[in-house]
Amino acid sequence: MTGKPIFARIMLGFGLLFLYTPIVLLIVYSFNASRLVTVWAGFSTKWYGELLHNPVIGEAAWTSLIIAVSAASGSLVLGTLAGFALARYPRFPLRRLLAFEIAAPLVMPEIITGLSLLLLFVALENLIGWPQGRGILTIILAHTTFGIAFVAVIVQSRLADFDRSLEEAALDLGARPVKVFFVITLPLIAPALAAGWLLAFTLSVDDLIITSFVSGPSATTLPMVIYSSVRLGVSPQINALATIIVVLVGVIVTAAGRMMLGAKSQG
Amino acid sequence: MSAGNSSRRQFGVAAPPLFWLGLFFLIPFAIVMTIAFAESAIGIPPYISPLQFGEGGVSLHPYFGNFQILAEDSLYLRAFLNSLGFAGGATVLCLLIGYPMAYAIARAPESWRATLMTLVILPFWTSALIRVYSWMGILKPNGLINQLLIASGLIDEPLPLLNNFFSVELGLVYGYLPFMILPLYTTLEKMDLTLLEAAADLGCRPLRAFLRITLPLSLPGIIAGSLLVFVPAVGEFVIPDLLGGPSTLMVGKVLWDEFFTNHDWPVASAVAVAMLILLVVPMGLAQFFLRGKERG
Repeated sequence: MTGKPIFARIMLGFGLLFLYTPIVLLIVYSFNASRLVTVWAGFSTKWYGELLHNPVIGEAAWTSLIIAVSAASGSLVLGTLAGFALARYPRFPLRRLLAFEIAAPLVMPEIITGLSLLLLFVALENLIGWPQGRGILTIILAHTTFGIAFVAVIVQSRLADFDRSLEEAALDLGARPVKVFFVITLPLIAPALAAGWLLAFTLSVDDLIITSFVSGPSATTLPMVIYSSVRLGVSPQINALATIIVVLVGVIVTAAGRMMLGAKSQG
Repeated sequence: MSAGNSSRRQFGVAAPPLFWLGLFFLIPFAIVMTIAFAESAIGIPPYISPLQFGEGGVSLHPYFGNFQILAEDSLYLRAFLNSLGFAGGATVLCLLIGYPMAYAIARAPESWRATLMTLVILPFWTSALIRVYSWMGILKPNGLINQLLIASGLIDEPLPLLNNFFSVELGLVYGYLPFMILPLYTTLEKMDLTLLEAAADLGCRPLRAFLRITLPLSLPGIIAGSLLVFVPAVGEFVIPDLLGGPSTLMVGKVLWDEFFTNHDWPVASAVAVAMLILLVVPMGLAQFFLRGKERG
């Protein structure tokens, strides 16, 4: 073998330091007693206390949660169907169109997706009177749309390295295809489905740009509150809120990663 | 397979996502294209549609004024050039930083690789907004870096680190580095290491072996990673908005302001169409290269 890549390892160390230093500093400052965020004045959890009693943030968090759960569930159903069709139907006549519909949203700049969805909602309202106005419903529709692509990619790759002998045995024994799907296929790909749901959920909770376009005065999500506050400068309450979000997302993503790895080693 | 794959069943499975994405992804896109050729007007919605439904059926009255504005007002040209420059610079920097990182992970002991990759990808899933925000506290005039430099006696006056070219480029590299490392790692990890052993046995030095074998074999990863950084970086909004200033205008921010501040939907749509045309070129080139590589 060639020697150990010393230079590359040093770069990896510095790179990880670069990625994590700002996040760690954010967490440290959220426990700073001083209002002047960057001047250390002792340990305090008072910003977390203020955060808990901030009704605007509480309501926005609730709105974000409702949207994320609904959108992730919608994405899961539609994304699973799409991933299944892409993995199992190589000769489906509209396969190329479906593959395009899955791949394009992944590379589309969010700002264009947001603008185009808003223009659609406005046009639909003028044409058929639905969806009436913009708010939670339009945000859920938009988030479901971009979540589908991520779920479909995960499900498709899970089905690509999937042992089909169990399914074939069931079919040979006379089980109907729909029953085979629900009794055999679905439980086997369950970890991938859970991972896909969690990722769609995370994307929904984090989204600012698409949400800003398709939202109305009746619905304000957590990233919208953070953005309007952050525009005015650094704030200790936002540091506390950011810390909570970073820790939650960290836990969710690690769990999703574990499930994917678990799914791989099972199959 | 048995009758389970009848075309009716296939259609039944594929139709819901096909229909949904057609309605909420393809049609919106066609609407943006249409409204880019609409004339701005006061009203709800604030434009006159180029499609008019009259006695003789549908008639088309395209209006080219929005694109004329884009071509004539130097603000738009500068925003487009800035976006290309920032995104191009971020792509090169991410490649220079990300390649050694991906290489180190791909050549690390196997039991470490999954953990190291999770560490790299984790920030990508944490809110982009929060990660951009975290730099504001570090870079601002009384922020951490300036405090450290002043305390150490290196400078007397705080350095202007925020709201300039430096902070925007830094934000882009920080935000998109994981996108570069992921595809690079995938190609480097799959590489057949016996090629390097053979080269070493034949007396090839490690640096030369890297340049002649590893680097060309990782080209698909380089192209995919560059695309994943460049394309979203061109359309970036949060980074130029929070870390940039008036001199660092980017297309994403122009589109946002046209829409939310000026309420000029047709010009915002025209900016979106122009941005897409700009992005289709590198995407097409990357496809072409990757296809060519696959064939041999």
